[in-house]
Amino acid sequence: MSGPLKISLTRRYRFSASHRLHSRLFSEEQNRELYGKCANPLGHGHNYVVEVTVAGPVDPSTGMVANLGDLDPFVKREVIEAFDHKYLNEEIPEFGDLVPTTENLCREIYRRLQPFSAAQLERVRIEETSNNSFEFAG
Amino acid sequence: MIRVTRKVEFSAAHFYHNPNFSAEENRRVFGKCNNPHGHGHNYTVEVTVAGELDPQTGMVLNLKELKEILEREICERMDHRHLNYEVPELAGQIPTCENLAATIWRLLDPKITPGRLDRVRVYESPDIFADCTIDMPAESNGNAPHAAPSAGAKGGA
Repeated sequence: MSGPLKISLTRRYRFSASHRLHSRLFSEEQNRELYGKCANPLGHGHNYVVEVTVAGPVDPSTGMVANLGDLDPFVKREVIEAFDHKYLNEEIPEFGDLVPTTENLCREIYRRLQPFSAAQLERVRIEETSNNSFEFAG
Repeated sequence: MIRVTRKVEFSAAHFYHNPNFSAEENRRVFGKCNNPHGHGHNYTVEVTVAGELDPQTGMVLNLKELKEILEREICERMDHRHLNYEVPELAGQIPTCENLAATIWRLLDPKITPGRLDRVRVYESPDIFADCTIDMPAESNGNAPHAAPSAGAKGGA
């Protein structure tokens, strides 16, 4: 009972960054209560793993959904160079008013990768630690 | 419905080369994967089967039988082989993990019972993997007005 097959390709990337979970909408006490130690004022960091999944027809001349020779430099330019060894709250303009939770990070990275033209961006999944992961599929 | 996943590993050699490309084009498109001497990977294949639980056995399918199918269909064909030359099912294809996932799907699909093949995931390395699944229309009302053609891979994007 085989229908048309769907092929996707997933690549894992890494960056390290610091952040602090804190919203201007809440009082200091509310922030501490909501975000716990993630609200500590000087921030903390993670080794993030970003899984990028693209899907689409396999080009028979290359056997590929997308050439990693195209995807790698695109992700490096749009995401890794922008985020690696940065303080997300202060150095990524989109997090000026947006709390840099990994949920919001998934959406922001998805937005930055969506223009990739060689295949359809299907999903961005981020491991904030080996115990926490988040994903956004548009 | 329950999903069961079994993992197998094999090690194999391959390289990427399209005889219709010039030598320069092969190097440009495939980079160091074009090295004609080949190179190798430790592949990991995750096979997921979906089905109903048999109340008698508490299983979707017997993992011992699934293990034997994976051993026969994947490992015996591909382990310690050169994928470009020694696996007839890959003949004429560039042995990328995308094509491996689709080929392994076609090998396993007729063999899986009870249950049905849900996903084949092929890891070429811990950071690169391809998934093969059935392409489900996003909004299916079970009364599709037109059937999608199930042609093979198409070029371009």
